[in-house]
Amino acid sequence: MAAPDATPPHSALPNPTSGPLPPVLSGYASAGFFDEMFLPDGNLRPHYRKFVTRYGSIPREEMDSKRRAVDALFLRQGITFNVYGDSQGTERIFPFDLMPRIIPAAEWEKLEAGLVQRITALNLFLHDIYHEQRILKDGVIPSYYVLSAKHFRREFVNFRVPGDIYIHICGTDLIRDADGGYMVLEDNARCPSGVSYMLENRRAMRRTFPDFFEGAGVRPVDNYTGELFNVLQHVAPAGVGDPTVVLLTPGPYNSAYFEHTYLARQMGIQIVEGRDLVVRDQRVFMRTTKSQQPVHVIYRRIDDDFLDPTVFRPDSALGVPGLIHAYRAGNVSLANSIGTGLADDKVMYYFVPKIIKYYLDQEPLLPNVPTYLASEEKDRSYIVENLDKLVVKSANEAGGYGMLMGPQASAAERADFRDKILAEPRNFIAQPMISLSRHPTFIEETNHCEGRHIDLRPYILYGQKTTVIPGGLTRVALRRGSLVVNSSQGGGSKDTWVLYQDE
Amino acid sequence: MLSRVANSLYWMSRYLERADNTARMVDINLQLLLDQRVPDDRMVAGYWTPIVQSAGDETLFASLHTRATAETVTAFLVFQPENPNSIVGTISLARENARMVRDQITGEVWEEINRLYLFLRTSAARALLRSSPVEFFQEIKASSLHLQGLTDATVVHNEGWLFQQAGKYLERADKTSRILDVRHTAFPARGAPGPVSQASALEWAAVLRSCTAWDAYKSIYGAEVLPGQVAEFLLLSPDFPRSVRYCVQRLNLSLRRISGVAEGCFSNDAEKLAGRLLAELQFGTADEIFAAGLHTSIDVLQSKLNDIGSALFQAYIFQPFYASDDSQLQQQEEQQQQTAPGRARR
Repeated sequence: MAAPDATPPHSALPNPTSGPLPPVLSGYASAGFFDEMFLPDGNLRPHYRKFVTRYGSIPREEMDSKRRAVDALFLRQGITFNVYGDSQGTERIFPFDLMPRIIPAAEWEKLEAGLVQRITALNLFLHDIYHEQRILKDGVIPSYYVLSAKHFRREFVNFRVPGDIYIHICGTDLIRDADGGYMVLEDNARCPSGVSYMLENRRAMRRTFPDFFEGAGVRPVDNYTGELFNVLQHVAPAGVGDPTVVLLTPGPYNSAYFEHTYLARQMGIQIVEGRDLVVRDQRVFMRTTKSQQPVHVIYRRIDDDFLDPTVFRPDSALGVPGLIHAYRAGNVSLANSIGTGLADDKVMYYFVPKIIKYYLDQEPLLPNVPTYLASEEKDRSYIVENLDKLVVKSANEAGGYGMLMGPQASAAERADFRDKILAEPRNFIAQPMISLSRHPTFIEETNHCEGRHIDLRPYILYGQKTTVIPGGLTRVALRRGSLVVNSSQGGGSKDTWVLYQDE
Repeated sequence: MLSRVANSLYWMSRYLERADNTARMVDINLQLLLDQRVPDDRMVAGYWTPIVQSAGDETLFASLHTRATAETVTAFLVFQPENPNSIVGTISLARENARMVRDQITGEVWEEINRLYLFLRTSAARALLRSSPVEFFQEIKASSLHLQGLTDATVVHNEGWLFQQAGKYLERADKTSRILDVRHTAFPARGAPGPVSQASALEWAAVLRSCTAWDAYKSIYGAEVLPGQVAEFLLLSPDFPRSVRYCVQRLNLSLRRISGVAEGCFSNDAEKLAGRLLAELQFGTADEIFAAGLHTSIDVLQSKLNDIGSALFQAYIFQPFYASDDSQLQQQEEQQQQTAPGRARR
């Protein structure tokens, strides 16, 4: 909100309501961007006051030792991700900043409503696309876009998924623009990862600063695994009284393997690899030391393409031959369902506001980032003429890959993208450069807090009821000026506090 | 329990035990050398070559080092990246297996394995080995004991735990026999060994120390170290926790508890072979072993242990793949119909 602020920029006391700022924040430059912690006049936002007072009461040396202790804890617990292409098998911890991002209750309420609206509409959309295709017949979305989508699974048209739920688990990336308005950057409706960091970050914070939480009114996040388990049980095949749920992982070399074991352990379910499962008579079994035991629900963390070598990629060594057959026979359920990748397509993203309007007859509560479709002639000419101002994204890449940051790119890179866009317009969208909000973040080199760009990935569970976990993964672009928050590209994370109240 | 998980737990446990034994062997040999008067090259090689042989990695060693000295053998057995049986190699493999079954072991066990692994990858670990090998090996041995304690005290004693026990005792039985075999050249090909010189007695004491058996031996046989008694003790003692007989007894017990089959019966080859080997050890005597030749007997013993390992894999881990060709074919046909509607079914 860019509302003019009444307080003069240089009031007599820097922070009349909370005393002087701790040294680590003194001289903090908040100007130029929307700052999560500071108002434009340099005062603290009300919901940060309590925290900053407590944070400031901890001596510098103690804070340093706490920081080291947390890093050591993560490393010892093996809360690490593997760096692909590194022959040493180096594992890195995801850098963690001790200063949490805080969201007041009223703000969260709006986010929650927007996220629930979005996942509801997306599930209706997927059901429709895989059945009647009304939205195409009514001309709201040109059929071409859906039929040409890379992750549209035409094999599953007219297949009834268990419980009629397509997206059970969704991680939606939110950002804030220069005015602090929240926007959806993308939906992750396939296998969103990072939730274990949300949980472990909170655990680490609670362990390190037990007194911060006392009376701070921070909503807990650790019901996530319980809710997830409920969702998974909810979609069990009909007639199975006590379903066996398993988590299907690509294996220990996957960068999210830690998360897979973590979730399986928290839910008390088995973590299996493709080779642990076998299909007989359209039923899925685990190979155990005693006999083969039936499996009813699979929380799969591998892509559609790899699920079953007899149906999708024949070279898949991660999958289970015959799994899709069992799925079709209704003897096993998958979460998320097959074909949800359609909703992740960046071109579909463009249509989400229309999707919400079409199925729910509501205005979207969370806006999209303005988006141009390269396959629309008007948009395309705008894109190629303004490449130096735009961010261009491939329709089906994630993790910051296949992207052009126009303003920072070289002329050669822009020319390269221009050719690609003209050759395959369906595969590209463009968005204006959003100046993401910033949050004070401790920077080791300067031993001081500096503003760094952040985003937020809340997790939404869609089962018998829809649950948005109050919190999420706040990712930080640790490099100065960088807007890329991905762990593979120098990102870190923060704990995310959603408050019971507004300050 | 998933077969893959059982396999990982079994190997995790074996690798930890292997690292522990390697640490003991190198440690004791280094210390033994301190007692020698100006050792010459040949003598040094005589000390170290058997250590490499006992690990069964002579060929690999010869391809990497020209001479067996304290430095080369220690480097080979502790940090050599090419040697999968080095301490770093085995701890990495143990950790790799632990990672695959993190949901099955406790946080405490995982963190200790991970701590040891991370420690071994630091330059501080290399520096410690150079400046104070005793402390370095103490660190490995202490961590191994810590892990065994954690496994006993924090892990549910269920099937997975039994697979860990089976792995640990199988590996330990094998290692104890190898440590004993290091000095096999001191034995006659057949028959009982006689009394030995003072220098040789030190070597036999080192064998005992490598198995932490020195105190136990003394309390039974007195302070005089007689090779025949050392062999008898390490092979046949019914209650010393590192003797081959004791280990096979525990291995046999674990196998029976996994399947629930009573003593005296068997339901798979692993149980059959373990039970048979145990009976041999229970009802065999040192004299019989010497009559057959100690080295030969140990060779036979090791191949029997290997057989038990393979039989265990066959019984619990390896499962033939039952793919019904018909159902796959049908599935692909259905798939075909989806993508090309209107095409008639065959």
